[in-house]
Amino acid sequence: MSLTRADIENIARLARLELTEAEIPVYVDSLSKIFAFVGELDRAPTAGIDPMAHPMPGLAQRLRADEVTETNRRDTFQQNAPKVEAGLYLVPKVIE
Amino acid sequence: MSAPAPTVAALARGLAEGAFSSVELTRAYLERIAAAQPSLNAFITVTGESALKAAAEADAARAAGRAGRLTGVPIGHKDIFCTEGVLTTCGSKMLGNFVSPYDATIVSALRAAGTVMLGKLNMDEFAMGSSNETSHFGPVRNPWDTQMVPGGSSGGSAASVAARIVPAATATDTGGSIRQPAALCGVTGIKPTYGRCSRYGMIAFASSLDQAGLITVSAEDAALLLGPMSGFDPRDSTSVDSPVPDYTATLGDSLQGLTIGLVREFFDKGLDAACEQRIRDAIAVYEKLGAKVREVSCPNLPLSVPTYYVVAPAECSSNLARFDGVRFGHRCDSPKNLLDLYCRSRGEGFGAEVKRRIMTGTYVLSAGYYDAYYLKAQRVRQLISADFARAFKECDLLFGPTTPTPAFRIGAKCDDPITMYLNDIYTIGANLAGLPGMSIPCGFVDGLPIGLQIVGPHFSEARMLNVAHRYQQETDWHLKTPSAFA
Repeated sequence: MSLTRADIENIARLARLELTEAEIPVYVDSLSKIFAFVGELDRAPTAGIDPMAHPMPGLAQRLRADEVTETNRRDTFQQNAPKVEAGLYLVPKVIE
Repeated sequence: MSAPAPTVAALARGLAEGAFSSVELTRAYLERIAAAQPSLNAFITVTGESALKAAAEADAARAAGRAGRLTGVPIGHKDIFCTEGVLTTCGSKMLGNFVSPYDATIVSALRAAGTVMLGKLNMDEFAMGSSNETSHFGPVRNPWDTQMVPGGSSGGSAASVAARIVPAATATDTGGSIRQPAALCGVTGIKPTYGRCSRYGMIAFASSLDQAGLITVSAEDAALLLGPMSGFDPRDSTSVDSPVPDYTATLGDSLQGLTIGLVREFFDKGLDAACEQRIRDAIAVYEKLGAKVREVSCPNLPLSVPTYYVVAPAECSSNLARFDGVRFGHRCDSPKNLLDLYCRSRGEGFGAEVKRRIMTGTYVLSAGYYDAYYLKAQRVRQLISADFARAFKECDLLFGPTTPTPAFRIGAKCDDPITMYLNDIYTIGANLAGLPGMSIPCGFVDGLPIGLQIVGPHFSEARMLNVAHRYQQETDWHLKTPSAFA
């Protein structure tokens, strides 16, 4: 399987990753190799086999009651934020 | 200065007998860490001051008669585990300034057990790598030969235990990231059953595969530390509520009647002949100890690497979507608009391999490809899991090599991702099936260590540790130390 420059640009856009001009041909090459490699899976006999939903057989995702279990630690958490003001996370203007 | 004692078990005895205090011990390891850092680069952050404070508290607890088995024993944590008030980078520029506001469950559990944190260990960026070369903080070097890789992603954990600059270290394993570096550095590594140890506060890579574990000198040390790390955690939705045995209680059990299965697919043409010989030698030791050996087959196992390189990148692309340059982590300078903020912050903050995996995952989950790749891989995963289940009807544990070759040269496999990915060919199967796995040192090839891999049924950690311990009583491979760090 061979990917094109346009494929890589589209994947990067979906993944919200800006690539440099130099990176694009590197990923065209390596992702093409990766998809050729994982293409081996096509020959696996999976007819009638359900996709695995949990690595532990017989176990399903555990649910919990919808209760508030965390305390509000906004100020602590915002110490790691690049830009905050009055308890709000700041981003560039979204609506003009 | 030489290491105060070879194992956690010996250090714990020394502390209990008053041969040394935790402060003395901690100071000795901090000196060893500082001396080795220029040659190994095993640490990202050393927490000397808080370590000495915790050690003094441990000594005070002991004086007051409140000491447990591990009180005052220093350890290192892989930098994937959140540690409150301490830089937690996950080996990435993205988290280069992230000071965690909370502790991972296993970090607080090991602290409650009395251990003293020496610092945070280097690793492949977001645990994506098999050589520790993807770390934003530079590669870790193998203490047996500093031109060689230590393996990855828990390369800092393995190299520092091998060089005896920490007595033991936490680590994580998504596709072999505990067992492969343990093998390449000549130390003991255990990846427990999926769900055995809490993933809370362990920065997520591929959530259906990730599991916390340990890198230690001996199986006995792993047994001592695994108990406090294990158990149900309501904060991890995939944590399994199953009783935690005292892993040290059964270490000495007899191996009479044990049936070892040699997985035919592990002894393929990719396995280095000299490595194979060391594995066969180790199996001969087990036969002497009373184990029976039979060959078993897991015919779908050769598909484990391609399966993994669909499932793991898919989960990574969703997990790493949280790094948006808004709430924490790297943010680009003067973004033009919100999209530019996301794209440039992520483009600048993530390294080449992480971006490769995010894009691989984004593609396999994108419209029109989900069934062909992701669902297909999850079906193959079921086949691989069924192969293991069948094999365990014929034997108690599976044995094989941990890696196809000893450690390779730094830079040797950087240009071709597939060659790099194939390092984990023997380890990935256990992750796909959620099984526990170990690697224990079983000899050397050209001066570089080789690991024997043990894979067991779900929740068979006690039996695996027992089987590893009995081998380590018969052999001293695990006690060999690289001469530069003796």
